[in-house]
Amino acid sequence: MELQGIGQIILFVVVLLVLAYPLGQYMAWVYTREKDDVIERGFFRVFGRGSGDEQNWKSYAITVLIFSLVFFGLLYALLRLQGHLFLNPDHMPGVTWPIALNTAVSFVTNTNWQFYGGESTMSYLSQMSGLAVQNFVSAAVGMAVLAAVVRGISRRSSGTIGNFWRDLYRSLMYIMLPLSVIVAVILIWQGVPETFSGHATALTLQGAHQSIARGPVASQISIKQLGTNGGGYYNSNSAVPFENPTGLSNFVEDLAILLIPAAQVFMFGRMVRARRHAWMIYTAMFLMMAVGIGVTTVAEQGGSAVLRQSGVNIAATSTQSGGNMSDKEVRFGIADSSLWTATTTDTSNGSVNSGLDAYTPAGGAVPIVNMFTGEAIFGGVGTGLIGMFFYILIAVFVAGLMVGRTPEWLGKKIQAREMKLAAVGALFVPTMILALTAVAIATKAGEASIFNSGVHGFSETLYAYDSQANNNGSAFAGYGATPFSSALGTLDMLFGRFVPMMAGLALAGSLAQKRTVPASAGTFRTDGPTFVVLLIGVIVLTAGLMILPALTLGPIAEGLMH
Amino acid sequence: MLTRTIVRSLLVIVASTVVFGFAYPAVMVGFAQAAFPSQANGSLLYHDGHVVGSALAAQDFTGPQYFHERPSATTPAYNAASTTFANYGPTSPELAQQIHQRAEAILKLEGPYNPGLTISDIPVDAVTTSGSGIDPDISQAYAQLQSRRVAAVRHLPLATVDKLISENTTGRSLGVLGEPGVNVLELNLALDNLGDK
Repeated sequence: MELQGIGQIILFVVVLLVLAYPLGQYMAWVYTREKDDVIERGFFRVFGRGSGDEQNWKSYAITVLIFSLVFFGLLYALLRLQGHLFLNPDHMPGVTWPIALNTAVSFVTNTNWQFYGGESTMSYLSQMSGLAVQNFVSAAVGMAVLAAVVRGISRRSSGTIGNFWRDLYRSLMYIMLPLSVIVAVILIWQGVPETFSGHATALTLQGAHQSIARGPVASQISIKQLGTNGGGYYNSNSAVPFENPTGLSNFVEDLAILLIPAAQVFMFGRMVRARRHAWMIYTAMFLMMAVGIGVTTVAEQGGSAVLRQSGVNIAATSTQSGGNMSDKEVRFGIADSSLWTATTTDTSNGSVNSGLDAYTPAGGAVPIVNMFTGEAIFGGVGTGLIGMFFYILIAVFVAGLMVGRTPEWLGKKIQAREMKLAAVGALFVPTMILALTAVAIATKAGEASIFNSGVHGFSETLYAYDSQANNNGSAFAGYGATPFSSALGTLDMLFGRFVPMMAGLALAGSLAQKRTVPASAGTFRTDGPTFVVLLIGVIVLTAGLMILPALTLGPIAEGLMH
Repeated sequence: MLTRTIVRSLLVIVASTVVFGFAYPAVMVGFAQAAFPSQANGSLLYHDGHVVGSALAAQDFTGPQYFHERPSATTPAYNAASTTFANYGPTSPELAQQIHQRAEAILKLEGPYNPGLTISDIPVDAVTTSGSGIDPDISQAYAQLQSRRVAAVRHLPLATVDKLISENTTGRSLGVLGEPGVNVLELNLALDNLGDK
């Protein structure tokens, strides 16, 4: 493939690192600042006595659950009633209940799985006050939980891990909002619409009428990228020129996908005072991401079986990018489409700038595997690094077994309770994905959602439950909405979000109570390259081996047949 | 504990809706309309005082005097109010058949102006649907393939058409990001404007 594309990918990872490191330091400051600002003090006064106090992990977890439930209820009601409410210039009717249920859960869980076309289903009110608000808040909930978990890890002999309201507020006002404004300004400049006017109507050069959907797009796109949300304003998401008009807008949107998850690794390093350890985690994540980007790019540049056999010109030349251009845009070509697809599934973002259903078997297998790791390769805002903690504990445990000592992590003894929680955190979601995929494949009701016949139909199904469980939201978009698939997906998203989150908080509670022990000659060092190798090995052995049989039935079979 | 948390949740939701649901987009709309009015309203293009389309959306061109867009999977084609992927898998027989038909149609249309044209001369973007269904660009290769036909039908020197192609080619952002493409609507508008002079 041409050097130009490789150069863009290298530029991307360099700029990412240059931005993520200082942002991580800033975020550590935000979450550890002792003093409340004026608005915080105001809130806690209104909330009543004790509302700003530190919480133990159970109290923190219950607050997260109740808050999410209340928000879900209101969002569901809004979607059902949008036809009777204001800010609806294109007269969208209320959303049907299976889609409203799926969508409300989808946004509250930071998944942004979309069983609907945004521009043809949602009123401006729903997009702005429902979905866009949830883009901010569900992301901030994930970030708050991570802040609490990291705080728990960093503390000694402590019963508490922080205050949910304070963490939520700071995530929103100190991190999400300023970054969203910056990204939105760049996107507007590049051509993303930002208006309250309804559809524009054009009389085309050949005399037809063309209706052009627009709206307050840029303000929503910036947060859907930054908050690893991924729910687009338009059905084809960031493939649509109005959502992503230029090479520069694409670069910025793709950076926004990874920015906060990458920064959180450095935030962690600073908060627990283990910077070298954080660098090793970053290295492990980066190496796994690089493999995914490489495989996807090479596979897509090689073209699909159908295109190779058709005889058309798929070679990369100075006048075309060539390769598998099905459901891809000319201004992104192969390199930028592949880079986006790998990064959006490393994190739990799930926005797309090309149609994944049309990807080659190898190109389509990369996102499936990326997501299946539990989004531990950078991962979603907050939730991703928590997923990585589970693998780190398993790695440390395995290392402890090898040398015959009680495993330690950051000076704390890892015992039966922590290992149970880590096992639940790492294994629950992959197991659920395989089970739900089996249910969806084995039943007539599940079969109705499949668009492509044969093994590709299996891949569509696997992708759907993989994506929803990991709160990603990208899709082999042929997979359709039925009441059955909406309901199954709703369960998938709920458990996929809250089971690992609760395991993470419980783990933090347990670690916070421990005393630290000084490192000895028998302590496994987590700040060197050996740890990176071991960590990647653990992820390959747990997630990799679990997904392999399913991959064989889907992408691998498809690749071998042609 | 339960009631208190519910009440607090409601308060936070109301506050976030005001800030993120209304204030934030309202401020951004205000800024956008003041600083970048053309982009903020959909990059609309005008001809003789009326809107003829958007620089960011393909539209249906079938006439031989026009450059044609990439295939579109939307209903109807090039629907800028309901975008979609085609979603055919990489080994789909339907996809194979569609690509074959599109290639045949191009050979029939461009063949008379390009003697010796074969299927291996057709760039891949000409026979594949775009991601959005309204991709405003075609590759430079596909534009070059169509230029002889457009020049012949419009009785223009090929050099004039080629010059318009390069004028309406969007390069990489900042010289490095993305891929170059030819904006079909802007190119066709420029061709129509030649006649007006």
